[in-house]
Amino acid sequence: MTATAAAQTFRHGIHPGENKELTAGRLIERMPFPEEVVLPLSQHLGAPSRPIVEVGEKVYRGQIIALADGYVSVPLHASATGRVTAIAKRPHPGGKPQEAIVIACDPTSPQTLYNEGALSWEHLNKNEVLTAIQNGGFVGLGGAAFPTHVKFSIPRGKRVQFFLVNGCECEPYLTTDHRIMLEFGDSILLGIRILQKMLGAEKTIFGVEDNKWDAIRSLREKIPSDLPCDIISLESKYPQGAEKMLITAMLQREVPSGRLPIDVQVVVSNVGTVAGIGDMFAYGQPLIERIVTVTGPGIRKPATLMIPLGTRLRDVIDHCGGLTDDIRQVLLGGPMMGTPQFDLEVPVMKGTSGILCLTQSQAPSRREYPCIRCSACLDACPVFLNPSALGSLARSAKYEQMLAYHIMDCIECGSCSYVCPSNIPLVQRFRVSKGLLRMKQAKEKARTN
Amino acid sequence: MIEGITAIGFLVVLASLLGVILAVANARLKIFEDPRIDKVQEMLPGTNCGACGMPGCRVFAEQAVAGAIQPSQCRVGGPETAAIVAGYLGVDAGDVEKEVARLMCAGGTNVAIQMAEYVGYPTCQSATAVAGGGKGCRYGCLGFGDCKAVCDFDAIVMSPTGLPVIDPDKCTACGACVEICPKKLIELRPLKQRLLVQCKSELAGDGILALCKVACTACGKCVADAPPGLLKMKKNLPVITDELIHLQARDATLRCPTGAITWLNDQTSAVAKKEPDHVV
Repeated sequence: MTATAAAQTFRHGIHPGENKELTAGRLIERMPFPEEVVLPLSQHLGAPSRPIVEVGEKVYRGQIIALADGYVSVPLHASATGRVTAIAKRPHPGGKPQEAIVIACDPTSPQTLYNEGALSWEHLNKNEVLTAIQNGGFVGLGGAAFPTHVKFSIPRGKRVQFFLVNGCECEPYLTTDHRIMLEFGDSILLGIRILQKMLGAEKTIFGVEDNKWDAIRSLREKIPSDLPCDIISLESKYPQGAEKMLITAMLQREVPSGRLPIDVQVVVSNVGTVAGIGDMFAYGQPLIERIVTVTGPGIRKPATLMIPLGTRLRDVIDHCGGLTDDIRQVLLGGPMMGTPQFDLEVPVMKGTSGILCLTQSQAPSRREYPCIRCSACLDACPVFLNPSALGSLARSAKYEQMLAYHIMDCIECGSCSYVCPSNIPLVQRFRVSKGLLRMKQAKEKARTN
Repeated sequence: MIEGITAIGFLVVLASLLGVILAVANARLKIFEDPRIDKVQEMLPGTNCGACGMPGCRVFAEQAVAGAIQPSQCRVGGPETAAIVAGYLGVDAGDVEKEVARLMCAGGTNVAIQMAEYVGYPTCQSATAVAGGGKGCRYGCLGFGDCKAVCDFDAIVMSPTGLPVIDPDKCTACGACVEICPKKLIELRPLKQRLLVQCKSELAGDGILALCKVACTACGKCVADAPPGLLKMKKNLPVITDELIHLQARDATLRCPTGAITWLNDQTSAVAKKEPDHVV
């Protein structure tokens, strides 16, 4: 790694304590298959998958058990060989129980893949690669779980100059992407080769924060000379992993409000997704397992694990030695944007990047004081909104007026709430306001139609 | 002296000149507006609640005068206002039935368990975003009172067990609480409907009873006991067929093991509820 004078980054943002040392130095471990996997039909944004297996049927690891229901949807694969024991409502991280396929894993099975073997990709055209990605069940593994084939479909008349690979992992505690970059370099590079050709991009650029200098060094050594690929070392800052922030940090291009990265000739993908796609073409494995950081002061043995999808949190936590006695909170995702869970029966899903066990609540019930106009939130907001003004509008339920302050551009990163000295629950109010505004817009649309 | 007279004279001339311009403008640029609109607007409650589907009372008045909307569609005003407006405009008042908001959950803190403590921003909308809010029953009322906060008519108070209690006399069926409830637990029902299913849990079987003592277990006894066709099971809940509401009878509630389906003593009363076997 060559030392640069000042690492690149975006303006504003915050730098919370990283706390990554618990797992950053540990190799990825493979978690043993649990007794039962619970695979919700809705693990991605878009229409839930449609089951094609019946209760009692034997299924094999990697076999498609539910089909994509529409274009913005992906199929679901069995993550373990076993027997379907139920297709019913099961606890879901989102809150309401959702339809899920439950498979009792066969303890005697060798758990080999249903369709093993490399896929040749050199002769495939764009649409064939996209179809293969959809059939592999791929969604963005960074957390949003948006179907990858939709994101990679370039609209007519648009072109891709740069393909950005997101290895920022700016959330504290998480080391999922860090370990992937260290241990799955070859899968990532194969993925890049395929995707770069498919997208027609001039160049692929990795964006990696400088706290992961070992990953940067290891990738630099691996990049073959015939692949137009580069790595940019970015200053460690939150929320750099947000797509629009990353584009600004790396290319100094701003994605206009309400538009997509493709409008500035860029496509961004999480490094885990790229590695997964590489693995699928290398030996035929669809998205049936993922790497999850299990960490925090509340877990006895923190680890970065390769977990079959659908494994319940209880099984994962038991594998890691259990929770400590002073546990206060278990979150899915990082401490900034993750959602607390109160039922350990919920499964690990495609979008689960981490399981964080905290002994002190991240949102203690602190008293809210009036805004003192210190403007700390304005200096933190990465999309240059005015959280102070928005907060007071949200407090008095003036949602329509919030539109004039561009509330819809809020990426809900929580930097404003993090820095607020008066403990005003800003991002919480914005999420509620955005939800209500979206509801109102949908209603108006329905009325005009 | 002379300056004073000049000044007064100038102002008199200026005032009359401007007066003439205004008089001409008033005559030439006049926009005709039906004077009845103002009258009707005065008769309306003036709460601008939007329950009628119009942005406010003024637009309702315009529409009523134009004959595009029936006076009784103003639910807030009730039959009296509708009769006055209809009498003034000489149109039929229409017969839109009086509706009230009813809470379709009976799982207060005395009967339903809380699985986690929610310590964030105390609104139902916000708590729902955090894995459903921590209540054992994922379908149940969280009790932070978003509906109370949004009610313009003070018709909602929170009970000691953390459930909103809606006063049917004050409720105007404006629908604000229906819209805000993140769990969709409040529904507008005709005032005369006395048979209510006070549960929204879509789970079947007795498993739910570990979370809430008054949940519907989807046993189907009420469907069997009710007049044919009145109740139908949909998503593991009995649903009342609106057209057959005149058939409603207390029989359907008698064999309910949990009291999830209830019968109101009279139209205005709160719920006469079977006591649960034991209290959490």
